Amino acid sequence: MRKLFVVSLAAMCAAMLIPTASAQNMNGAGATFPDPIYKKWFGEFKGLHPTIQINYQAIGSGGGVKQLTEGTVDFGASDFPMTDAQMALMKVKPLHFPTVLGGIVIIYNVPGITAKLKLSGETVAGIYLGDIAKWNDAKIAADNPGVKLPSTDILVVRRSESSGTSFVFTDYLSKVSPAWKTRIGVSASVTWPVGVGQAKNDGVAGMVKQTPGAIGYVELGYAVENKIAYADLKNAAGKFVTASFDSVTAAAANSKDLAPDFRGSITNAPGAGTYPISTYTWLLIPSQIPDAAKKKAIVEALNWMLGPGQKDAQPLYYAPLPKKIVDLETKQIAQIK
Amino acid sequence: MSTPTAAVRTYSKPVSGRLRGGDEVAWAVTFFFALLILGVTLLLVYELWSASAPSREKFGFGFLTSKLWNPVTDEFGALPYIYGTVLTSFLALLISVPLGVGAAVYLSELAPPKLSNALTFLVELLAAVPSVIFGLIAIFTLIPLMRTVVGPALKSVLGWTPFFTGPVFGVGYLTAGIILAIMTFPFIISVSREALMSVPREQREAALALGATKWESTWQIVVPFARLGIFGSIFLGLARALGETMAVTMVIGNSPTIKASLLASGHTIAAVVASEFTEATGKIYTSALVELGLVLFVLTMAINALAQLLILITTKKGSRKA
Repeated sequence: MRKLFVVSLAAMCAAMLIPTASAQNMNGAGATFPDPIYKKWFGEFKGLHPTIQINYQAIGSGGGVKQLTEGTVDFGASDFPMTDAQMALMKVKPLHFPTVLGGIVIIYNVPGITAKLKLSGETVAGIYLGDIAKWNDAKIAADNPGVKLPSTDILVVRRSESSGTSFVFTDYLSKVSPAWKTRIGVSASVTWPVGVGQAKNDGVAGMVKQTPGAIGYVELGYAVENKIAYADLKNAAGKFVTASFDSVTAAAANSKDLAPDFRGSITNAPGAGTYPISTYTWLLIPSQIPDAAKKKAIVEALNWMLGPGQKDAQPLYYAPLPKKIVDLETKQIAQIK
Repeated sequence: MSTPTAAVRTYSKPVSGRLRGGDEVAWAVTFFFALLILGVTLLLVYELWSASAPSREKFGFGFLTSKLWNPVTDEFGALPYIYGTVLTSFLALLISVPLGVGAAVYLSELAPPKLSNALTFLVELLAAVPSVIFGLIAIFTLIPLMRTVVGPALKSVLGWTPFFTGPVFGVGYLTAGIILAIMTFPFIISVSREALMSVPREQREAALALGATKWESTWQIVVPFARLGIFGSIFLGLARALGETMAVTMVIGNSPTIKASLLASGHTIAAVVASEFTEATGKIYTSALVELGLVLFVLTMAINALAQLLILITTKKGSRKA
C-alpha cells in the first residue's frame, strides 16, 4: 500500500515536471470583439501543438495596447489600429496582423414595417446627429420608396462604454458625413449628440428589440442570433448591400486605403458588392522577440491562424480574410526578428 | 469602556508578564486591524490624487463645472455626472425612506413576531441580491413598464412641469431612482427595525400608561428614541445609492447631459467610470476618469459629514442620545 503511494506520488511529480520542461507559455490581452475566435483558435492550436500554451484575456483594446506598451504581455490585440503617437511610446515597434473581419449592422425596431429598410450613410449620420428624429422623415422615405413609414420618434441607441464597435461606426460616419466629421469625430467613445447608451452589443440589441422606434448598431452576429432586423446600407458604389460574410470580405479585398503596415481602415470601401461598415481586428505582435522559442511559437501560431484557422471564422460570425490580404500578411511575418 | 484598557496599559510588569495576560496582544492585534483600515483609505486617496494629476492640472476647478465630456478632443467636465449621481440618489431616498421607515415601524411595533421575523428574513435576502440582477429585472420589467404605463401617465398629468417632458423611452433618471430605491430599502428596513426593537420596553409602557395611543407612543416616543439608528440606516442606503454602478448604468441611458426632465436619460459618476475606464486611451482621458473617482469620494465624504451634522443638530434639540 505504502509502496503504491510512493510510486504514484513519484509519477505525479514526473507528470507535473514534463510539460513545464518544454512548454512554451504565451500571454496576450486586448480586444473583446475577437475573444470567441481567439479562445477557439488557441484551444485548437494547443491540440495541434501540445507544448504551446497561448493565453488570451479580453480586457479591451485600450488595455491591450497599454499592456503591450508596458511589456506585461507577449502580444496585444485591438479593434482599431494603433496611432502614431501610441507607436512612438513603444520600445519595440509592434506589427499589425489582421486576423478576421467583422461587419457592423444597423438594427431597427420600426412598428408596422415588413420590408427590409434601406439606409444611406448620410441618413444614418443624420439620425445619429439628431437631425432626423422621426421615422417618416423625408430622408428615410427617399431611401425607401414605396414603404409606408410611421411617424414614431426615433430612439437612438449606442454603446455606453468605449468600444471598438463604436470606433468603426464613427469612422464610417465620418467618411460619409462631413457634418459628423467636424461636429463629432472618430473615437471609441465620442460625445453622442442624442440617444441612450447601453452596455455591450447585447445591451444595444436588447434595447432596440424591446423599444418600438429604436435604432442601434451591433456586430453582425448579434443581429443574426437575436433575430433583429437590420438595414441594407448604401455603399460607396451607390448600391444597397446586405451585410454578409461575402460582402464584408469583399470590403477588405476591394479597399484602396490599405496601408502597407495594415493600419488602414476598410470602412466605406469601393466595389459594388462591398458592405460599407466592415473592419479588421488586429493582433499586435512585437517586431523583435529575443526569445527564439517564443518567436518560433508565435510565427507558427500566426501561420496557422491565417491559414487553416480561417475556417473557424464563419461559425462564430466573423468574415474570413481575403486571399490577397493573407498573402501580404504572410510576407509581414518574416519581419519578426 | 476606557477604564479597563487604561488599567492594562500601566506598564508595571515586564513585557512577558503583560503578554501572558493576552489583553496586550489583543490590543495590539485589533489596533493593527484598525490601522489597516485607515491605511487602505489613505492609500486610496493618495492613488486617486496622484493618478488624477494630469487632469487636475489641465482643467483645475473647471472640471467640476464643465458640462463637456469629449474623448475625441480630450476635454472633460464632471458636472453632468455629479448632477446624475446626486439626482438619482435623491430620488431613491425620496421613495425608499418613507417606504423603508414605514415598513420598519410595522415590523417592529405592529406585526406579530412570527410574521415580523419571516418578513425581515425576506428583506435581508433582498439586500444580498447582486446589483446586476436588479439591473436585469429592470431591463425586462421596469423599463417596459415605465415606457408604456408610468411615463405616459406622469407626462399626461404632470407634463406641464419641466420635470416630466420629452419623449418617453423608459430609461432615465426616474427609472434609475426607482431601481436604487428598491436596492436601498432593504438596508433601511433591516437597520431601522433593529434600532426600533432596541428601544426599551419601559419607554413604550410609560407612554401608554400616560394615556398615549399606540400611534402616539410609536411616533412621539419610540421613533424619536431610535432616531440615530434610523438616520444611520438612511445613510447606509444613501452610500449604496451613490456608489451603485451596474444597475444604474443598465437603466439610466448613459448620456452625459443635464436635463430637468426625470424621464430624460442621464449618467452617473460610478457608471461612467465603469463603462469607459477599460477602453480609455491617453493620459488625460484616464486621469479624468480617476478624477471622477476622486469627486465621488469627496462627494460621499461631504454628504456623510452633512449627515453627521444633521444628527448632531437633531439630537441636541430633541430627546436624549440613544
